[in-house]
Amino acid sequence: MSDMNTGMVEKYRNNFLKEVEANVEEGEWVKMCMQCGVCSGSCPLGPHWDHPPQELFMMIRAGKRDEVLESTSMWMCTSCYNCIVRCPRELPITHIMHGLAHYATRLGIEPKNQPTRKFSQLFWDNLAKNGRVNELKLGISLYFMNGFVEGIKTALGMAGIGMGMVKTKRMNPMEILGGHTVKDKKGFQAMIKKAQELEAARVDN
Amino acid sequence: MATKEYSFYPGCSSQEGASSSNYLKSVQTMCDVLDIKLNTIPDWNCCSASIGYCGGGELPRLALSARNIALSEQHNAGQDIVATCAACWLATKETQERLETDPDLMAETNQALSEAGLTLKNENKIRHMVEVLIEDFGYDELGKHVTKPLEGVKIAGYVGCQTNRPFGIEGESFENPKYLDKFIETMGAEPVENYDKKVSCCGGALAFSEPEKSQALIKDIIEAAYDGGADMIVTPCPVCQMNVEVYQDKINATYGTKFNIPVTYYSTLMSVAYGKSGKEAGLDGQIIPAKKLEEIAGK
Amino acid sequence: MADEMKIGAYICNGCGLGDRLDAGQLETTATRDGKAQICQQHDFLCSEAGVKMIQDDIDNEGVNRVVIAACSRRAKTDAFNFDNVSIHRANLREGVIWVRPDTDDMQETTQEMADDYIRMACAEAKYSKIPEKSGEQGINKNILIVGGGVAGMKAALEASKAGYPCTIVEKSGALGGATAQLYKKIPTKAPYTDPEDNGVDEMIAAVEADSNITVHLNSTTTKIAGAPGRFAADISAESGSTKTKDFGAIVQASGFTPYDANKLPEFAYGKNKDVVTQMELEALAKEANGGAIKRPSDGKEVSSVLFIQCAGQRSKKEGHLEHCSGYCCSASIKQAMYFKDQNPAIDTTVLYTDMRTPGAGGENFYRSGQQKGVIFTKGIASEVVDGASPTVKFKDLILDEDIDLEVDMVVLATGMVPNSGQPTRSELTDQENEDKESEKAGEEVEIRVDVESILNLDYRQGKDVPHMANGFADSHFICFPYETQRTGIYTAGPTRRPMDSYQAMEDAVGAAMRAISEAENAGLGRAAHPRVGDLSFPTFRKEGCTQCKRCTVECPFGAINEDEKGYPIYNESRCRRCGTCMGACPVRVISFENYSVDTVGQQIKAVDIPDEFDEKPRFLVLACENDAYPALDMAAQNRLEYSAFTRIVPVRCLGSTSLSWITDSLNSGFDGIILMGCPSGDNYQCHFVKGSLMAQERMSKVGDTLESLNLEKERVQTFEISITDIHRVPQIINEMAETIEQIGMSPFKF
Repeated sequence: MSDMNTGMVEKYRNNFLKEVEANVEEGEWVKMCMQCGVCSGSCPLGPHWDHPPQELFMMIRAGKRDEVLESTSMWMCTSCYNCIVRCPRELPITHIMHGLAHYATRLGIEPKNQPTRKFSQLFWDNLAKNGRVNELKLGISLYFMNGFVEGIKTALGMAGIGMGMVKTKRMNPMEILGGHTVKDKKGFQAMIKKAQELEAARVDN
Repeated sequence: MATKEYSFYPGCSSQEGASSSNYLKSVQTMCDVLDIKLNTIPDWNCCSASIGYCGGGELPRLALSARNIALSEQHNAGQDIVATCAACWLATKETQERLETDPDLMAETNQALSEAGLTLKNENKIRHMVEVLIEDFGYDELGKHVTKPLEGVKIAGYVGCQTNRPFGIEGESFENPKYLDKFIETMGAEPVENYDKKVSCCGGALAFSEPEKSQALIKDIIEAAYDGGADMIVTPCPVCQMNVEVYQDKINATYGTKFNIPVTYYSTLMSVAYGKSGKEAGLDGQIIPAKKLEEIAGK
Repeated sequence: MADEMKIGAYICNGCGLGDRLDAGQLETTATRDGKAQICQQHDFLCSEAGVKMIQDDIDNEGVNRVVIAACSRRAKTDAFNFDNVSIHRANLREGVIWVRPDTDDMQETTQEMADDYIRMACAEAKYSKIPEKSGEQGINKNILIVGGGVAGMKAALEASKAGYPCTIVEKSGALGGATAQLYKKIPTKAPYTDPEDNGVDEMIAAVEADSNITVHLNSTTTKIAGAPGRFAADISAESGSTKTKDFGAIVQASGFTPYDANKLPEFAYGKNKDVVTQMELEALAKEANGGAIKRPSDGKEVSSVLFIQCAGQRSKKEGHLEHCSGYCCSASIKQAMYFKDQNPAIDTTVLYTDMRTPGAGGENFYRSGQQKGVIFTKGIASEVVDGASPTVKFKDLILDEDIDLEVDMVVLATGMVPNSGQPTRSELTDQENEDKESEKAGEEVEIRVDVESILNLDYRQGKDVPHMANGFADSHFICFPYETQRTGIYTAGPTRRPMDSYQAMEDAVGAAMRAISEAENAGLGRAAHPRVGDLSFPTFRKEGCTQCKRCTVECPFGAINEDEKGYPIYNESRCRRCGTCMGACPVRVISFENYSVDTVGQQIKAVDIPDEFDEKPRFLVLACENDAYPALDMAAQNRLEYSAFTRIVPVRCLGSTSLSWITDSLNSGFDGIILMGCPSGDNYQCHFVKGSLMAQERMSKVGDTLESLNLEKERVQTFEISITDIHRVPQIINEMAETIEQIGMSPFKF
């Protein structure tokens, strides 16, 4: 458990809902849920959530901090927004789920082996470097994210698709040498850094 | 008819050599015919789509899209911002709305932007290309340019998630939007009526991280298209196109199905219907060839 | 008023009648068989010219029985509205041409149908008298209001504004009732986000300032005798003095008593001082008056509170209330806001199984509660454990977990028990009735002495208005919400169903309107509902009466008292003119001037019954005028067909069916008899409450009679019809026709 996490636990003394309101994106909406369950029913990956969104909201209100933040559930979200358009209370559920996922990562208690968590981090690191996604490098880091042996296996398994993409000029092997980038990389990275600072100031207090 | 000009945001997948570069090609061809001028936003950056949240957090993600809007305001002043990628459109439009309603976040965003020498005024409309086609042109106008109607082709209009939710196209329902079907009809082809999986999720980014779960969803999408008698599937989103197209062999291996259905973009359809060559329409970008379109284009 | 009877028959040829029917033949039938002295035709009878033609005959030719052979009695009532005559309708349009196909081979039976209806209408005319008011009544505009809560006060204020002086009788020492005890009330205006001032003081001031309203505090009605238009009420004060006043109508707004939480020992109520009811919390909130609410046990400021919803409610357990009281979810949200508005850091939790917030702003109020940080948890509480602070043991139904939660205070949302007085004789079980009667044979039996009477009605059938579900005063809520089973007495507010103060005040306005309407109608000697404007009332031939008391007991409205010898005393303005008494009387001595055993019996006898060789059966349908007859009319409007051999006679209520009609029709040679009435039972729709039920009980005994006459039981059938059964009614008739085809014609034909 990171220092920041210990800090959070001490300060809120089990009032997890207030913590979520203060620190999680769109967290102030959690109290508005009326437990109707339409979100859980509408989610395309619903059966794969340990705790579907409706339950997560209830768990937050019941103060179940560890179970919520360590859960793999919110990482199942594909951002299809089905829940958002159907929620009778208009909760921005997709964003709350991503917010919980990000917050768990901030605290260092996210499920380490969750593949979407890994991929999401890879994606961000990839784009943050040059301001644009390097698809080849992203694909490779994706294949190898579980280790070298796994990586070879996955890469071989995807070889057919990979070749197809290269042939149709939808993947450029040359990207391994660099790929697309924004010109004002310096300004871009300074902007990101500043944004991260401002966010940390608000959340990590 | 005067040239229509837009500030253009292609997005990472439509870059040259990238996974939807064929989409970009067909859009360019279509714009030629419709006399649309696309002014790419200089030095645009990635929007982080919907998957960048783990590392991204709230403000940094907002800053990404804010930078694009600010650059557009600076270089393409007064022009609507148009994206061809559903995720790019969604991320940018969400950012615009969020910052409009939350002055604190807006202030912080501008603080971050100033590090890159930019300021955000947040004044322009953010639109998807299909919105532009429907609202600024209209189906009738689009139909006027058809020289090779796509007769004898039955197409399932797969709208997907993010062009449809949460913003959707004006006047269309979330549960059964008809605009893609109308495009198909306008181009002379036959749309699949009541395509069951029209707005079902393909798994999106989870096609990469959770392939089995995503492929289960994709299987249903393709099966429903076959059930509707479709020859091909058309979609307005790069991720949808790739996900539904490239995993068909894997799905066949897992489920014992025999899928082999081509998936293209609406702009591909339109380019072919407008009489352009296969190459101009980006048909050479198909991993599963769209044979019927190739025939019509070749004629 | 039996002056010279002159029947005028008027045949309309409009609406296709002239094309389908032979009007000349109808004229002959009217004059020869129906004995109409005057008969005229018109192409458009309901037009100004047609109506004038009839009026001229009334004015100049002395016609005083008007037979209109045209559309249904339910149509064109404005046009066919003549003073000082009796009007009889032969339903040739909905009753004949609209339910029969327009083909040549059907012409004959269609004409026969129309001819019969003309005969029937003329027969009815012959045996009717023009009803006149009894002259007993005078107008009494005073309205008695029992109960001085917000419902009672609202009724008084509104009635007074309309020009009707009111008297409020309030049991306690102050006006305001339960609402006065509230610190604040559930919001009644947009945006419905915050509790409102309870507004009682302003209401009391308005009542006290109104010279048209008299208030009696610390008083009850110790006796109410009489009838609408002439209620005589004894108002007795606690101090002992009694006043008697006369009233035209009564509004009962006696409110509710909060459920006794001592019946919930599992929630430590009574043991732990910090477990309180919602009403007790209101008192604590009033004390705090915007400051911190303090615990009763040690005066500590409350930092966490849990509300248990449906405490002792919506439960079939012994001693619990079965019903939902409707207001307690909104009340808990409001009370949670008392805490949150004063200090947002207070933990407030509402434990519910369903959240019910009725009313236009209910959902907004719920959202506002959530916005303020009130936590709503779906769960069921099993126990509250006593301790320095109470601990609530509950099962969280979303998370499927058992939780123990210690809080500073627990609030029990208990429900409403209506102040509805004593149930009537018929509501006691048979055993209870027997026990009471054998206890004090021959004396006035005290019914349920453990429940105090609210009204103390001097009615043979009981001291209060009858109850329906869960002890609430019965109101025919489908059609007539404020009505009770006692004419002229209207209930408003939680007495008749669970509701909050806003709804109770709306209710009060409705009840006040009904009271005013009844007072006016009684003054004119007219029925108020459902037979609005009916001047007729029952009388009986004393020589023939056997004092069997069947009419007295079976009257659904307790309208009939008894004299010392056991003869019935009819209280005309209590009567709703249904005729159930007439149907009950075994010796047929009861009748109305325009509705008697004869007016229907003679219609039945007027029907021309062909002999058995003609192969034309005859079916009699007795259809109640409230649901069945309209359903038949609407079936006709939809051009649904039924047998040409059907002859329909509308009756006021199936309860008014005299068994002699059944006997007469069987003797005349009718092959089948169908009785159609409104649904009875717990969810009754019978507009006269019990009429339909009475009829079915009587008809159940007819089966034996039929057997003894060697007739098949299937020949007489009773059905419950809802007004929407448009497709079912022709089916029923046609099925009877099929049955008769199978079992053969009645052997009683000549």
